[in-house]
Order: sequence, then structure tokens, then C-alpha cells
Amino acid sequence: MAISTRITRRQMEMAIPWIVTIGIFVVWELVVVIGNIQSFVLPSPSAIAQAFVQFRGPIMGHAMFTLVNTLSGFGLGIVFGLLLGVAIGSSRLVYNGLYPVLIGFNSIPKVAIAPILVLWLGIGQAPAIATAFLICFFPIAVNVATGLATVEPEIEDVLRSLGASKLDILMKIGLPRSMPYFFASLKVAITLAFVGAVISETIASNEGIGFLMLQASSQFRIPLMFAGVVVIAVMGVVTYVFFAAIERRMTGWATRGQQGTQFATGS
Amino acid sequence: MTPFVELDRVSLRYGGDGGTLALDQTSLSLEQGEFAAVVGPSGCGKSSLMKLVTGLLPPTQGNIIVAGREVGGPLKIVGMAFQNPTMLPWRTTLRNVMLPLEIVQPHRSRLRQERAAYEARAKDLLRTVGLNGFEQKHPWMLSGGMQQRANLCRSLIHEPELLMLDEPFGALDAFTREELWQVMQDLWIERKFTCILVTHDLREAAFLADTIFVMSARPGRIIATHRVDLPRPRSLDDTYRPEFVSLVHAIRDQISQVRSEARAAEAGAPPVAKVA
Ligand SMILES: Nc1ncnc2c1ncn2[C@@H]1O[C@H](COP(=O)(O)OP(=O)(O)OP(=O)(O)O)[C@@H](O)[C@H]1O
Ligand SMILES: [Mg+2]
Repeated sequence: MAISTRITRRQMEMAIPWIVTIGIFVVWELVVVIGNIQSFVLPSPSAIAQAFVQFRGPIMGHAMFTLVNTLSGFGLGIVFGLLLGVAIGSSRLVYNGLYPVLIGFNSIPKVAIAPILVLWLGIGQAPAIATAFLICFFPIAVNVATGLATVEPEIEDVLRSLGASKLDILMKIGLPRSMPYFFASLKVAITLAFVGAVISETIASNEGIGFLMLQASSQFRIPLMFAGVVVIAVMGVVTYVFFAAIERRMTGWATRGQQGTQFATGS
Repeated sequence: MTPFVELDRVSLRYGGDGGTLALDQTSLSLEQGEFAAVVGPSGCGKSSLMKLVTGLLPPTQGNIIVAGREVGGPLKIVGMAFQNPTMLPWRTTLRNVMLPLEIVQPHRSRLRQERAAYEARAKDLLRTVGLNGFEQKHPWMLSGGMQQRANLCRSLIHEPELLMLDEPFGALDAFTREELWQVMQDLWIERKFTCILVTHDLREAAFLADTIFVMSARPGRIIATHRVDLPRPRSLDDTYRPEFVSLVHAIRDQISQVRSEARAAEAGAPPVAKVA
């Protein structure tokens, strides 16, 4: 009895995201149909699906372009964010020196930088990758630095009194300790990288979902534009789930196997 | 015989000229292989003393000599254990215990080739503290007492010449604590490392130590030194013998006297008679 209710609770937990998502689309469809809303104001999900099927070739091509840009920028963001996080997390001097600069940089809306990047890098792939990179390295760096800052001073004392170098302490304690923070930040960073790539594509590109949406809106093909939005959302969710799964695999110790511990995810 | 650890009028002040004076002209010396305990009121500078001896902090004044050499930076021969076991949660118990071997030479360069031998050594040590069967468990699957046993193993695995224990049994229940006293005594009798134990528990100090240093309230100084001449190995029954009990009482009286003096001084009253 108790077991069977627990299983249905489990199944419920598995099913609820699907139920909610499908529910939203159903409500949306009903609102559009019942309210008789014009498709250039808000297209119904079925109209969006139709547009998707009709233009699936070009949509998938643009989606691939955006995905490649996003992942490239994200890859650069991981490398740079990790290095920067280690630098500011392990040296007070670097921390004090870079802190105001980083905060200032992070306060700039990246939409404002994209035109500058276009000026420097031309149009197309390069500024999209650069924008994705610039928008996503920050939470990674902040989280890695936070992880390094949570190392207990006692264990550091234990290692120092064994003659450990700073590098030893970083490799044996600092980095493993900050891994849960790092993997948590990846989930945030990947969605930000999508935002960056699409922003840049809407400003200066002949390809990509951002470009597609801009084109569709200028031609009043609103269902096609929404199809682009949905494709971005789906790519965002899929990559998020992917990195969440990696996080669970790599840092199971941080959640003690069972109860979920929440880590700061930065901004 | 020259002492193994010697502090000569060592003072420590935290945070520059106007800062807290934690230790004031502290002097003590230990022979090689001696087991010393340091007791004193809370906040008197016991943990600070440990950091000075291990070279984690430089003294503001005075000299510290360990193994014939002046301490000028972190020593490399020390094992340490604190009240908080600080096991690394991503490592199994066995790999936690083996952590010092990845740092200290010559083990560090041999570890790769002689992994099996070192693992056997770590498992032996875990067995002596009653942790066989838990080698592959992660520390968070262990109880507090078990983690503290593993912590002791980690502090001893590289066979340090000097072991520093800062209230390692402080957070444990009375039964586990007394059990670990015996484990500790057995390990010490077998290996004869030099050991400095900081503790609040006077029975623990008297059970384990050859010498007990009593410290005054902050700023800390050594105000009394007691030799414990009871034969080894000592048993828990010995802790109820009259000479043991009267020793513990004598130390307790000294500490409560320095505490009330400190309180009186804080209240602005003239200090009561000095302890000899
Ligand atoms: N990092 C620090 N910075 C400034 N003051 C400190 C620092 N560490 C300790 N102190 C001060 O030095 C004094 C001695 O501290 P210490 O930790 O050595 O005491 P203790 O004898 O170990 O106390 P307890 O028995 O409570 O552990 C205390 O008054 C404390 O406030
Ligand atoms: Mg202390």
C-alpha cells in the first residue's frame, strides 16, 4: 500500500513537467480560438506547428547555426570562466583588483555591446560567438570563486603542515570542492549563451534563429517567428537537462546521494 | 638530551599593534616521544599555540625550535587533527586517510608504484581504530565518532614525528571518547611520536599525557606544569584511583582560579593572590 502510493508519487513527479507544458499549449490554443485572436497578434500553437512543418528545412538550418555559435561561445566561456574563477578565488590581490571591473562589466547590458562587437568582428558567426561568450563566462567565474572560498581553513592547515604547495591545495581540495558550484553554474551559463547568440544574430547576421525571427517579423509571418521562439526554448531546455544530468553524475557527493542541496547559481 | 619542541618566551599578537595579545611570553619544552597536554580556560590561546608550533603562524616575539631547527614556515613532518574532522566528502574513507601520502615525500613519488602496499598500510591503520569494512564508504556515511577515528588515521598515516591534536574528541559522547583515548594510547605506545594534545577535558589530559601544561586566561602563559607518573598502559579504571583523581582536582582548581582572576580583572577589581 505504502509502496504503491510512493510509486505513483514518483510517476507523478516524472509526469508533471510534461503535463504543465502541454497544459500551457492547450490553454493557449483555447484562448486564441475562443477569443478569436488574429494570428498576427498571437498565433495559436497549431498555427505555429504548421509554420514549423512548412519551413522545417530552413528553421533547422538556422537552429544549427545558432546552436553551433552558442556552444562555441559557451566552450570559450567555460575555459575562461574557470581560469578567472580560480584566479580570483585563490588570490586576494587578483580578487581586489578585478572585482570592480567585473561588476562593472557584468552590469552592462550585452545588447549594448553587440553593435561594438559587430564593428570589430564583422557580421555573422564571430560576433554571435563573442556575445555568447561574454554573457556566459561571468556566472561560471563567480561560482568557481565562491566554491574555492568555501574551503575550510582547518583542512588547509592540515595540508600546509604537511608541506603542501598552493597548487597542491588547489588540486586536492579547492577544485574538487568548487565542482558542484561549477556544474550548477553551467546550467545557468548555457541558457545565457543562447540569449547572447540570438541577440547578436538579430543585430548582424544573415543566418541563425535570431535572423530568422527578424526576417519573419518584417514580413509579418508571425507564426514563423513564434516557431523560432519555440525552437530556441526547446534547445535551451534540452541543453539545460543535459548539463543538469552531468552535474548529478559528477557531484553526487555534494547532495549526499539523497536529499537535494541547493547551491548558489550566480546571476 | 635537547628538547624536541622548545618555545622560548613566545608572544603572539593578532592584527597588528593594537590587536589581541593571544600569548604572552610562553615558554615550554618537550622531549622527543613525549605526550603533552595543554589545558586552560577557553580563549586562552591554545589553538594559537598549535599554529605557532607547526609554523602556520609566525610568532610576534620569541623563538620556536622543533627538531633542532628554528621554525620559519609550515613544518613538513606534522600530523594534525582538529575537533571538526574535515574529511573530504568526495573521497572515500580510505582515500581520505591516504591524502597525506599524496603530499609528503618520499611517499608522494612512491605512491603510484607502491599503491597496493600503501593501501594495505592505510587499511591496517583503519583496522586498529575499528573501522575495517568502512574503507570504501564516503565520510558522510560515517557517524561523527567514526569520522573522528578516520581523522586520527589521516593524521598518523605518514608516520609524523610530531602529532598535534586540537580537541579531537571534544564533540564526541563520553563512551566514544574514552574508547578513543585507549586507541590513542595504544597508537602512541606503539609508535612513540611526540604529541601535543589540546583539550578541555582534564581526565583526558591526565589519562593520555606525560606532562600537562596549564595555561592562564588570555593572554596565555604557562602557569603550571604537572608530570603524570602513572604507569603505562593506563586503563580506564586507573582514572578512578586516588592519585589520578587528586591530580585532576588540583588542575581544576588552578584553572578555576585563573578564570576568576581574569573575571575580576575584567571587572576592574584588583587581582587576587597569584598562582605560583
Ligand atoms: N585569526 C584571529 N584573529 C584575531 N584574533 C584571534 C584569531 N584567532 C584567535 N584569536 C584570538 O586569540 C585568542 C586565543 O584564541 P585561540 O583560538 O588560540 O583560543 P583557544 O585557547 O584555542 O580557545 P578554545 O579553548 O575556545 O578553543 C582569543 O581571544 C581569540 O579571540
Ligand atoms: Mg581552540
